[in-house]
Amino acid sequence: MYRVESLIQRRDAEDAELAQRKTSARTLRSLRLGGEKASGSKAPGSIRAKLVEWLLIAAVVLYATGLLLAPLLAIFWGALAEGFGAVVRELTSADAVSSLKLTLIMAVSATAINTVFGLCIAWVLVRDEFWGRRILNGLVDMPFAVSPVIAGFMLILLFGRTGWLTPLTEALGIKVVFALPGILLATIFISLPFVIREVAPVLGQVNLDQEDAALTIGANRLQTFWHVTLPAIRWGLLYGVSLTFARAVGEIGAVLVVSGGVSRLTETSTLFIFRSLDDRNYVGANAMAVVLAGISFVILMVIELLKKRTEQTRTI
Amino acid sequence: MSSVQANLNAPKPVASARVLLPWGRWGLRVTAFLYLGFMVALPLATIIKNGVADGLPAFWEDVTNPTAFAALKLTLTTSIIITIINAVMGTLTAYVLVRFPFPGKGLFNALIDMPFAIPTLVTGVMLVALYGPQRTVGAWLNAHGIQVIFATPGIVLALLVITYPFVIRAVQPVLMEVEKGQEEAAYTLGASKWTTFRRVVLPTIAPALITGSLLCFARALGEFGSIVVVAGNIPGVTLTAPVYVFGQIESQNQRGASAMSILLLALSFTLIVTVEWMQGRNRRSNVSS
Repeated sequence: MYRVESLIQRRDAEDAELAQRKTSARTLRSLRLGGEKASGSKAPGSIRAKLVEWLLIAAVVLYATGLLLAPLLAIFWGALAEGFGAVVRELTSADAVSSLKLTLIMAVSATAINTVFGLCIAWVLVRDEFWGRRILNGLVDMPFAVSPVIAGFMLILLFGRTGWLTPLTEALGIKVVFALPGILLATIFISLPFVIREVAPVLGQVNLDQEDAALTIGANRLQTFWHVTLPAIRWGLLYGVSLTFARAVGEIGAVLVVSGGVSRLTETSTLFIFRSLDDRNYVGANAMAVVLAGISFVILMVIELLKKRTEQTRTI
Repeated sequence: MSSVQANLNAPKPVASARVLLPWGRWGLRVTAFLYLGFMVALPLATIIKNGVADGLPAFWEDVTNPTAFAALKLTLTTSIIITIINAVMGTLTAYVLVRFPFPGKGLFNALIDMPFAIPTLVTGVMLVALYGPQRTVGAWLNAHGIQVIFATPGIVLALLVITYPFVIRAVQPVLMEVEKGQEEAAYTLGASKWTTFRRVVLPTIAPALITGSLLCFARALGEFGSIVVVAGNIPGVTLTAPVYVFGQIESQNQRGASAMSILLLALSFTLIVTVEWMQGRNRRSNVSS
């Protein structure tokens, strides 16, 4: 106990000496000394450092609020421009309801498909070693490099009138472009990398001994995956899934190109907003934008929560 | 999101691969190849084939016709502008977030991720709702001769919102690991704040800053949802390259659309590959040090 106290005393003395040296240095005070340490000292330099610190904080907070928060508040304002009744009327219109339903169905399906295949691909990228791995890795990043409009255009080229795969889909009797399968494919494409990119690093850190142990005591591979690997990667996986879902809900470029935008049939919520803007139905556009922003807000909360969890598991 | 590029260059654990039955391993390999081949490689192949179907001179003509060229120029200039602004403001934001405690920091940190979650089209609608000519703020700016919506400032603003988190999320983790001792040593030796930042902090965060900026630039090149609402899309004036591609698709000019697409694709793919390469290099130097 005594030792600890003397240590603390010595450190205090050192701190004081350091602070003195710093004040005598007659230079601008440190940015970072604005933290706990300097707040104790009453030297004029530290007041100046505090001032600079608060100026910087104010500048950053003002910039971010002006850039992000002000427009967010503006859509609430825009939606409520004609009163609350108008918002309810717009959002309960058949077009709005069916578009929201289609968006959710598409987002959930695309997320489910990308989660299953994403897990497979992440596993192959992390655990497997073969000549084509680098090619696969490069392909995974492509949807990030491709503008959404171009993604939609690719589907038109593949499944459109003269598309490479049109004979096949016609033989099967499926209409892809300007129909639901096209929207689904477009949504899958643009949200493809997220699960893979979030799961791969976590999967790389999973302790293989536990898996081997499970296999040794007689669990089959599926059981091992389900009971050992999946719990270990769950936060990363959920983080990837929520990013995928957020991206899928908000997609416009790719969907706009392939959907054909038939209201109540192939019109997603973002397309509903797009059409409302064209029709100068600003209340409708703003109201639906608020709904989508609300969905994003929930996802954002989930993401923040999961990020903390993944960081915790990563440090462990 | 900064962890989007996975740590794939790290040494791979192969222990489990040996216990997996051959058919299981091949099944997964084939699934991965088929899925990515069908979903990504095949669409890319069609667009490239379509763009150069009539030979390179036709491709060149498609890309250099006045409207296309103006669109490309607008996209590149606005992307460069916002990348520079984001590099500065992003670094500053990351610095403030890492180094200074202030009330509401957790909330502020969450706010920064907003552009990742919110649909880009909604961002566009938000900006129109705030800066549109009939709105209070927009009308005031208009009266002072500044037009935001349906003009270039609107495009810049939309891109700034969309790409705000990239630099921050790339720089933040590196800044957290910068040795505070080094910084303190510099102050103690009498270096000014600015000199310390320039000589000690900046060199350490430089690779992350460049990575974040490149990602930001790549994202800005392809942005569509917010711009289509905000820009007004006047050919030759406020028509960006992705919106130009959309216009060409709508008017059934598939070759023109393909040509511009290939150019944009090549640009952003080069950027992404550069980022991957840089991250791989940093990781190796981190491991060896």
